[in-house]
Amino acid sequence: MNNSKKLIVSHAPFIHIGSSIPQMSLHIIYAAIPAIVFGGILRFGASAIAVVSFSIATAMLWEIAFNLVSKKPISVSDGNAAVIGLVFAMLMPSTAPWWFVLTGTFIAVVVGKMIFGGIGSNPFNPVALAVAILAVSWGDYLDFDGMYRHFQLDFAATYPLANLKYFGMDAIKDIHLSDLLIGRQIGGIGAINGLCLILGGIYLMIRGFIRWEISISFLAGIFLSALLFNVIDPSRYAGPFFHLLSGYTLIAAFFLVPEDSSSPVNVIPMLIYGVVGGIMTILIRNIGAYVDGAILSILIINLLNPLLDKIRPKALGKVE
Amino acid sequence: MIKRSFFAVTAPRLQVDTVHTELPVPSQVAAPETITLLIKDQPVNGQALLVQPGDSVQAGQKIQLSTQSEAYAVATTSGTVTNIERFPGESGKHFTAVAITTSKDSLWDDSFAAYCRNPSLQGAIDHLQCLPGSPDFTIFQTDADNPIQTIVINAMDQDLLVISAQYVLNTFLSELKSGIQHLKTITGVENVVVAAPKEIIQGYGEIGATVISIDTGYPQGLPHLVAQRVIGKEIQAQIDLQNLGLAFLNVEAVVSLGRSVDTQEMVQTKLLTFIDKQGNRSLISAVVGTPIGDIFKHLGLSLNDQDRIIIGGPLNGFSTYSGTIPVRPDTDAIMVQDKDDITLVSDTACINCGDCVRICPARIPVNLLIRYLDAGEYEEAADNYDLYACIDCGLCSFVCVAKIPIYQSIKLAKYELERTTDGEAEDE
Repeated sequence: MNNSKKLIVSHAPFIHIGSSIPQMSLHIIYAAIPAIVFGGILRFGASAIAVVSFSIATAMLWEIAFNLVSKKPISVSDGNAAVIGLVFAMLMPSTAPWWFVLTGTFIAVVVGKMIFGGIGSNPFNPVALAVAILAVSWGDYLDFDGMYRHFQLDFAATYPLANLKYFGMDAIKDIHLSDLLIGRQIGGIGAINGLCLILGGIYLMIRGFIRWEISISFLAGIFLSALLFNVIDPSRYAGPFFHLLSGYTLIAAFFLVPEDSSSPVNVIPMLIYGVVGGIMTILIRNIGAYVDGAILSILIINLLNPLLDKIRPKALGKVE
Repeated sequence: MIKRSFFAVTAPRLQVDTVHTELPVPSQVAAPETITLLIKDQPVNGQALLVQPGDSVQAGQKIQLSTQSEAYAVATTSGTVTNIERFPGESGKHFTAVAITTSKDSLWDDSFAAYCRNPSLQGAIDHLQCLPGSPDFTIFQTDADNPIQTIVINAMDQDLLVISAQYVLNTFLSELKSGIQHLKTITGVENVVVAAPKEIIQGYGEIGATVISIDTGYPQGLPHLVAQRVIGKEIQAQIDLQNLGLAFLNVEAVVSLGRSVDTQEMVQTKLLTFIDKQGNRSLISAVVGTPIGDIFKHLGLSLNDQDRIIIGGPLNGFSTYSGTIPVRPDTDAIMVQDKDDITLVSDTACINCGDCVRICPARIPVNLLIRYLDAGEYEEAADNYDLYACIDCGLCSFVCVAKIPIYQSIKLAKYELERTTDGEAEDE
């Protein structure tokens, strides 16, 4: 009777919660779409769509190419390459040239992820690594003031963080926080609309697609250290809310810092990781040489990650 | 069946079901034509067996294969032995299957009657180890330095969806009481604790035991976590509970003992939860040794290719390859899954999302552990990444985003390490 049937035999457990990597990638993409549509596309038009599409396409193609060269199964269907391409494009100016995006996605996908063994094995955030290398190599293409100089916008087309860095507090006194919140500023395609980024971030946190401890502690680190600088010398250092809403802060908090593979998983390490990231960002912005410190501070905390994750609770019944 | 909730800020909490309304009445599977008994013993080739095909056996008769091994089974029906063969069990266990064709007239072996006249611990070890619920009386034989101080009767269902223990606890209270009384008599242990689900803990009155309430969140009912509640401190999972002076018995085992002693007739039927492809539950009562195919027939259920039969619950049971597998004294549940409901595992690497770390009740760094297990570094995994803290709940694989068979890797690592240690011990 039943003997003739071939049954599936496997190890416990026999049920699964139903989550998957493609689902996770898909929801990260959903969360990013408002920030892109009501940010770069609304302000800078079709060129932003071109950069985003090209970036996602090339990121996926680089992964397929690497799969073929290394004779491994095609892994692009997990959506991770698409997420890398999307987040990379969000950091770019809409006027970024095609070869710049192509090189960037190559660094992110191939150098940042695939050569370490693919998804889950990268020690650094692939996107942060790519942007850092591009900034060192062709820094002018990431200088937003220069990249948007031909645009006719109904607000002052200057990059708030650059204003602060080079011209001091006077240069940002006309910038309203509400403008930063609704994207009346120049910057990366997906990084200028603070409100959409916050909504996307909240969505990812409550759905559990990113670890909220990391994002919140990163923002807390930014807030507290910026507040400290501001209290010490308000004439030189901008207030905490300016730092929270300008530059790459919000996109870093929700799309870069909580990247799974390069961040810790235990609670205390996550909190330290985020806070240190926030503090480093403000240190670089306020007393370092670079305009925005978010990218470099992410690479620094990526280095700390393996050490931090050694701080973990004692296993059940363990005596030492 | 159980899916990710929309909000997932914290680790998901899984609840072992408690049935607040009236429990279903078990449906009785007709006595099968052939029963198969599994004996945890595999005599070497050519060795003369104490039982041979063609021998007639009586219900309640002890069937032992060789004098070298203590392992035995108890015939749950009278009839003729038709076949004896090796039977590979799950997780590297070795059994011998003895098939018995039932005879029409029911003849009873008198060994249990003899036991009832003169009950003793040795008698229980010799005759009652195969009662439904699979009580292990040998744990009371531990050395004099470390005697059993407390008997813990675990009335917690061991997996999601399973309600067998609850049914037994709610239905056979007076039998439980006499089982406890009998246990006290034969073991001399006076301290008895019943671990019952928090939701249904009421109205037990005087049953001769302390009742403690256990949280119904899975896996709080697993023996190690219950033991933790009893002795009030954390216990590492690799420590044998009898070394802590605790004797764990399943509630059905104690009830079977009580019922057998009360009625002077050995209980032969096992109560189990049947979970069908739609996730509906029913209670089944079947003679130990009934092929599970007979239960499907009884329920009018047919299997298709690539379905899955699971003995035990969805998180820590084991799957089997055929409907001829018999109901064992410790089979608490049988579950059938349609091939469309089966989530296959994948060979994706760990993406370090941390879901397993958050849900692990033993606080194991599963994300690091799995990297060592994948590389085959089992000793390193045991020394530095808490392999032996695992209490075998299966939750890590359940939540894994990458669908890595983490629980299987952990079980494999423990098995391999045990084999190496055993091999070394033999070499010396």
